[in-house]
Amino acid sequence: MKKLRLLGALAVGAGSVALAQDPELSAADTAWMLVATGLVLLMTPALAFFYGGLVRSKSALNTMMMSFVALGFVGVAWALVGYSIALSPGGNNFIGDLHFAFLHGVSLENKGAVAAITIPHLLWMAFQGTFCIITAALVSGSIVERMRFPAYLLFMTLWSVAVYAPLAKWVWGGGFLADLGAWDFAGGTVVHINAGISGLVAALVLGSRKDFGRQAILPHNVPFVLLGAALLWFGWFGFNAGSAWGASQSASIAFVNTMLAPAATLVMWALLDLTRTGKVTAVGVATAIVVGLVVITPAAGYVSATSALLMGAIGAFPSYFVMLWRARSRLDDSLDVFAGHGIGGMTGAILTGVFGQKVIAGVEVGYFNGLLAGNPQQVLIQAFAVLIAVGYSALMTFILLKLVGVITPLRASAKDEATGMDVTQHGEEGYTSGEGAILVLESGEPRGKPAAAKG
Amino acid sequence: MKLVVAIVRPEKVNDVLEALYKAEVRGLTISRVQGHGGETDEVQTYRGTTVKVELHEKVRFEIGVSDSFVAPTVRAIMSAARTGEVGDGKIFVLPVEKVYRIRTGEEDTAAVTPVA
Repeated sequence: MKKLRLLGALAVGAGSVALAQDPELSAADTAWMLVATGLVLLMTPALAFFYGGLVRSKSALNTMMMSFVALGFVGVAWALVGYSIALSPGGNNFIGDLHFAFLHGVSLENKGAVAAITIPHLLWMAFQGTFCIITAALVSGSIVERMRFPAYLLFMTLWSVAVYAPLAKWVWGGGFLADLGAWDFAGGTVVHINAGISGLVAALVLGSRKDFGRQAILPHNVPFVLLGAALLWFGWFGFNAGSAWGASQSASIAFVNTMLAPAATLVMWALLDLTRTGKVTAVGVATAIVVGLVVITPAAGYVSATSALLMGAIGAFPSYFVMLWRARSRLDDSLDVFAGHGIGGMTGAILTGVFGQKVIAGVEVGYFNGLLAGNPQQVLIQAFAVLIAVGYSALMTFILLKLVGVITPLRASAKDEATGMDVTQHGEEGYTSGEGAILVLESGEPRGKPAAAKG
Repeated sequence: MKLVVAIVRPEKVNDVLEALYKAEVRGLTISRVQGHGGETDEVQTYRGTTVKVELHEKVRFEIGVSDSFVAPTVRAIMSAARTGEVGDGKIFVLPVEKVYRIRTGEEDTAAVTPVA
């Protein structure tokens, strides 16, 4: 009997039903959310492996670093200001205020948060932070192998505050999209459409890699890609089932749907591969898993298990064909963030409006009825939220990149790009032979020089 | 007959292959090699351990050609592998005493003429 979504959301349509008081702190909910937060944090290193395996070996470290540094830079930005802008009760329908800046007033009690929660407020902040971290890291897949690292750091940090936080406010922080009745269980709009569109814009602003379309750019480590996909799926159980914000029936349906939707996507993708080329590919399977997860994300706690299977199966098609088109186009969205997350996120958000149902498996855990349950209007509301997210994400990413470009050059030189980003940006190599390296002694004194014997 | 040996940057291999193809040079062998040619050394640091990398990754082309093909081959490699920076590599042209095509036993010029 936990229907503890947003206070603002509860007031939608049903006449103002305000909660009389905060619910009790729950040990069981806290236990699950501690685990879920750890699971979602793991997704960012998982993404590093997924992306890192897909690039050439000379850029493996640089690509993985783009995800790893988000753990630090975005994590800190979230604690200092991002959380407050996204999820403070104050501000207005479009942006939060600085009430929680520097985590001021974010306590270990389950009080004060913008939503009615049964876990410590600080833990909820951390859980939400892990979403911001991975979303920023997702964007990097569009601009691998060519962006100067300092420019990337600045862009990513600003992006997490200026693009992610306001979108999170609109959808989860009692903002205007929530007021409209747009539903997004675990971040189809805030995370995936947002990252996909930002990636697309970033790829257009930076331009394509020098070698793109001129020579074959092959993944250097497909086992890494599979490892990344596996860990992403594992972490995604925290992402989706954790978005119930408690150990509940709602979390259980989200968990089951997170297992079933990607399974259906994997099957469809494999069959598409098989009929088109006669071979099922490993990179295809890894991609299918991620696309299925993306598609089910906005709907995870709102649809039945059979609907999740259908959504996963349907969701394979748009992303599959957009990827085919993209690879032949002049658009170097290098790791298909737009096709995977952007298109997958839109598919999921719209289908959420189609398949959503209040009563799932005999229990009322959903919050709204969709098209199939007799509420066709929901599809339009979902589509409107998608449009808003696309517009805001595109515009702000463009402005931020131009701004960062004024401060410091965005692109590495053609020579650095040819040599490889690992050596030129980080002064390291992912795979050293160790041959031909000579130790440089800082002091100028050779080490271990025996003291002169005194007679 | 000559053996053209060229040492080029790994990132230029595709360009060189393309240029050789356009020059109608078909038979070649490439190998990944490491070496030093007086270019500046690259410095890498791992947790405070700083190292100078003295040997650079390069790719060696070995191309057996008949005399009339030496100049076009050298020209193709030269234009495709050049960046203008130190470390672009070298081209050596060596005399060749005999060439045999194993499959047919053809010798010399016939052996380095592409199969129609």
